Amino acid sequence: MRDPMSQPDAQGGQVEIKETTCYMCACRCGIRVHLRDGEVRYIDGNPKHPLNKGVICAKGSSGIMKQYSPARLTKPLRRKAGAERGTSAFEEISWDEAFALLESRLAKLRAEDPKGFALFTGRDQMQALTGMFAKQFGTPNYAAHGGFCSVNMAAGLIYTFGGSFWEFGGPDLERAKLFVMIGTAEDHHSNPLKIAISEFKRRGGRFISINPVRTGYSAIADEWVPIKPGTDGALLLAITHELIRLGLFDRDFLIQYTNAAELVIDDPARDDHGMLYRAEMHVDEDCFDPQNRLWWDREINGPISTHTPGAEPRLLGSYTLPDGTPVKPSFQLLKERVEDYSPEWAADITGIPADTIRRLAHEMGVMARDHKIELPIPWTDCWDEEHATITGNPVAFHAMRGLAAHSNGFQTIRALGVLMTLLGTIDRPGGFRHRAPFPRPIPPCPKPPNSPEAVQPNTPLDGMPLGWPAKPEDLFVDDSGEPVRLDKGFSWEYPLSVHGLMHNVITNAWRGDPYPIDTLFLFMANMAWNSTMNTVEVRRMLADKDEKGDYKIPFLVVCDTFASETVAFADLVLPDTSYLERHDVLSMLDRPISEFEGPVDAVRIPVLPPKGECKPFQEVLIELGSRLGLPAFVNADGSRKYRDYPDFIVNYETTPGSGIGFLAGWRGKDGDKSLKGEPNPDQWQRYAEHDCVFHYELPRNYQYMRNWNKGYLHWARAHGLIRYAEPFIIHLYSEVLQKFRLAAQGKRPGRQPPERLRERVATYFDPLPFYYEPLESGLVDTQRYPLNALTQRPMAMYHSWDSQNAWLRQIHSHNYLFVNPRLGAEQGFGDGDWVWVESPHGRVRCMCRFSEAVEPGTVWTWNAIGKAAGAWGLAPNADEARKGFLLNHLIAEELPAHAAGEHLSNGDPVTGQAAWFDVRVRVYKADAKEPKITAPQFEPMPRLPGQEKQRGKWQAYVAGVFAKK
Amino acid sequence: MTQLALVIDLNVCVGCHACVTSCKEWNTSGWAGPLVDQNPYEGSPTGTFFNRVQTFEVGAFPNTETVHFPKSCLHCEEPPCVPVCPTGASYKRPDNGVVLVDYDKCIGCKYCSWACPYGARELDAQQKVMKKCTLCIDRITDESLSERDRKPACVLACPTSARLFGDVHDPDSEVSVAIRERGGYPLMPEWGTKPANHYLPRQKTRMHIDPEQLTRLDNPLRQEDLTRYTGEQSIDDVAW
Repeated sequence: MRDPMSQPDAQGGQVEIKETTCYMCACRCGIRVHLRDGEVRYIDGNPKHPLNKGVICAKGSSGIMKQYSPARLTKPLRRKAGAERGTSAFEEISWDEAFALLESRLAKLRAEDPKGFALFTGRDQMQALTGMFAKQFGTPNYAAHGGFCSVNMAAGLIYTFGGSFWEFGGPDLERAKLFVMIGTAEDHHSNPLKIAISEFKRRGGRFISINPVRTGYSAIADEWVPIKPGTDGALLLAITHELIRLGLFDRDFLIQYTNAAELVIDDPARDDHGMLYRAEMHVDEDCFDPQNRLWWDREINGPISTHTPGAEPRLLGSYTLPDGTPVKPSFQLLKERVEDYSPEWAADITGIPADTIRRLAHEMGVMARDHKIELPIPWTDCWDEEHATITGNPVAFHAMRGLAAHSNGFQTIRALGVLMTLLGTIDRPGGFRHRAPFPRPIPPCPKPPNSPEAVQPNTPLDGMPLGWPAKPEDLFVDDSGEPVRLDKGFSWEYPLSVHGLMHNVITNAWRGDPYPIDTLFLFMANMAWNSTMNTVEVRRMLADKDEKGDYKIPFLVVCDTFASETVAFADLVLPDTSYLERHDVLSMLDRPISEFEGPVDAVRIPVLPPKGECKPFQEVLIELGSRLGLPAFVNADGSRKYRDYPDFIVNYETTPGSGIGFLAGWRGKDGDKSLKGEPNPDQWQRYAEHDCVFHYELPRNYQYMRNWNKGYLHWARAHGLIRYAEPFIIHLYSEVLQKFRLAAQGKRPGRQPPERLRERVATYFDPLPFYYEPLESGLVDTQRYPLNALTQRPMAMYHSWDSQNAWLRQIHSHNYLFVNPRLGAEQGFGDGDWVWVESPHGRVRCMCRFSEAVEPGTVWTWNAIGKAAGAWGLAPNADEARKGFLLNHLIAEELPAHAAGEHLSNGDPVTGQAAWFDVRVRVYKADAKEPKITAPQFEPMPRLPGQEKQRGKWQAYVAGVFAKK
Repeated sequence: MTQLALVIDLNVCVGCHACVTSCKEWNTSGWAGPLVDQNPYEGSPTGTFFNRVQTFEVGAFPNTETVHFPKSCLHCEEPPCVPVCPTGASYKRPDNGVVLVDYDKCIGCKYCSWACPYGARELDAQQKVMKKCTLCIDRITDESLSERDRKPACVLACPTSARLFGDVHDPDSEVSVAIRERGGYPLMPEWGTKPANHYLPRQKTRMHIDPEQLTRLDNPLRQEDLTRYTGEQSIDDVAW
């Protein structure tokens, strides 16, 4: 063997290094792809990238095995005539045939009833384009995966303080001194958060993790507080109770920047009960959030306009206005709300001792009050008051799906938002900070269409397919108050379903409720397996036929990179490229990768040619949009407007001449404008020269307090981020929710919910956060099913994507059900035994593992490792199919029938968020005679035309020679 | 003499496995490659990794610690794997202390893996030779790489910077300072192997709150009326 120092690696072949953006998860780190003789030799983190600063994770480092995976699709496929759907009997067709087939079918639907076309997409990062395509087509039936991911987190906080976690904002761990992570949150912003947590710990910060399970980041927490799933709201409200009781809240912050001191009408007999009292004063027409509310001034002992200089408003008390209206400051109402939410009350619900709850409150309150940060940065607020410094209260929080994936998630997350606000931590150093384009108005301006008339043949949809309702008139319902969308989004069933309800699409389409559709187009969403609830039944629905022998969902198109379980059910399969073979944008119009300091967007630029006949999905949409003559994709004469996706990205403007397009960097003819400016033909080149990323750093005095920072808001308006340079006052008390409640109570003119939903809306649209037990627990036998079942995300895998990955699957080739040993002792099974885990909806056989790192009422497993036999290029005997399992089989997509309806989504009554983590189960030992294999099992999926044949027993990857072997 | 080594900070390791696969991708196409996989797409997949993360629990609920423990060759100063090798394939470099295997001389007899008390060696089941962590010898000595890149792949990848790399014989190096100041320790010193790699222990940050701190003069509740007169009778109205 030669001496390792005798020859540099770069002499091992023809070397090229290309920068692009990772897509092994949704984190979107900058990467350098090192090629040797045209094959990927090494992928490392780009040290110049602001997001990951050179680091990379296990997934990103395994991109090679994704690129060269035998699960890759390479040809467009059509279900063979006469073959049954779901049997993977396909024939290869050309792209021309595929496009012709889609064009004729979709053109007919568009001309007759655009609703017949439904486009739903998975974990993609191109929702600005897919949403625009749907709008241009004219169908309301569009959403991405947010409804079954974390929409409660987005909605709960955006409806409270105009921003949220992940892309929208996050914990400022650089300056925080106490960091509290609640529930599983490893799923989003993974490398930046890992970097930040480790630096935070090195600086001596204190890290508390509240979670039923101690894994992931919780492993390195200074303190682990085990909690029963779905009870986080009770904990947060009890902490709030304690903070208010002791006066451990930031009074000045509450008065200046929130509606805490604003007077709320307090007379249950009145129709406007619970609304903010609005004085008759001049209201600017252009004003989004008129400042016509009142405070109760302590000196004059009477009402005064909010933000009157020198005013000293009361936070507590009960008053009568000169016109006789009884009012209370909203903070008083909050205090009354949490009066009964004592630590002792919460201890029973959460399983956390009352003393611990009190201590958590004291740590938060004292840290926020006594360890203030003063940055010497002068800034001016919206009321023209100049401040010499920016203050921070160094308590930071982070939460994601652990809170969100419950049917009480919206109100729980409202409670978190209120707690963060009480501590005075919003867009301040050491607390929570926004990421552009946030903060946005509360709620943001775009609205969904609000009547069936919005859908017309051969016409774009009148409104955005997804938006932010602020009042019942914004709902997308017909005259009888019933849904217009297939997923029933923005209906009275789920009024604030701002990300749609993808988890109910297949069931609704199958049932024809509210109406049947013709074509369901799924992009990168594994809806026949790990992305759906009720997997066994949903697979049956996908292949179910009516009495005439026609499929109930007549035509199913699937676009994916890999031979997933869902591909098997397609009538038409479109092979997408890998992330290394495509152009892509992580756009300010969608979900960019902004930093606290200012907007950041990024691109992917191909480093390899597409495999086989793979075509990027974006190109498919541009081609289809052009063929169908959708207005945004064609010139006035009907001719094709954009050559291809890169051409579209450079030249598209939101409206002609708006200067706003998909990419914010190097706009303007000479590339010297940012965020807003005319198209620049060299824009891709500029990104390529700058590591595929654009970072606009705001002046320091625009980096904080952005909800109320005059300079920032005017900058944001000038650069097209927001319409109005008006303050975004935090909704400690949510008048938006109260409007829906009053409608449900029959106290508000205008739209009213259908009778069956009145009580539901009136209950859950509470303007103040409250705790209620997850809905399913009230509808199933919790004596028989005493346990909660959860999933967590393994850090080395991203959903279903990585079991095909030869390296990553060696880390987790199958999953176990983790249980506290006490459960095994009670039920008579041992560590490693085969057990049944059973819910009211089904049962799964799996192997268990004892763990002391899970609270005894909870069982859990890793998400999405189990596979259907033969899928994802794995042999039918793969561990993923024999020993790995899905919890999805146990989780219903609908609630049991009850007074509010027969087919309500198993989700949050405010947002429709899928309540994955509400499921109740029991666990018992499998009979010794049963086979040692997971159940249920499915017919193995055969290899598809164009897919590589089974690889051999050995694989030795060496870049430059792998393909030649 | 220089002794290169890794110092791994268990206080920040979240068990993400970045070190595991970044190592694999660098080394499989590098001097020490390939790192072969067996049954890559079938049942019971297994393969060669120079670095693995083990996770274990300490304590009983609710006082449980979950520990992620990355493990690779420790590049011992007295490596027991070297003298037992009958062919001289296992050797320790005199210039930097890295322990390596010359595959051309290795006969796959496994003596070294039996001698290694840490289980750090990996037999390539296809090539029938013993393989192991090289500290990315072909990166750290490659002067065509930038100084920033002249580090093991695992060190560069680690999102929590839990892996420090340097010369443990240089008292001023980052690794020596970390071992000294943070209580860095070697694994199983009783075996006399003098592992060059060290681990930094968990540390806890706690917050002490004096009860006096909970109520203060500037308590915002003092800004509100604690009680309010609403016209009801008081002793002051009736007593004389």
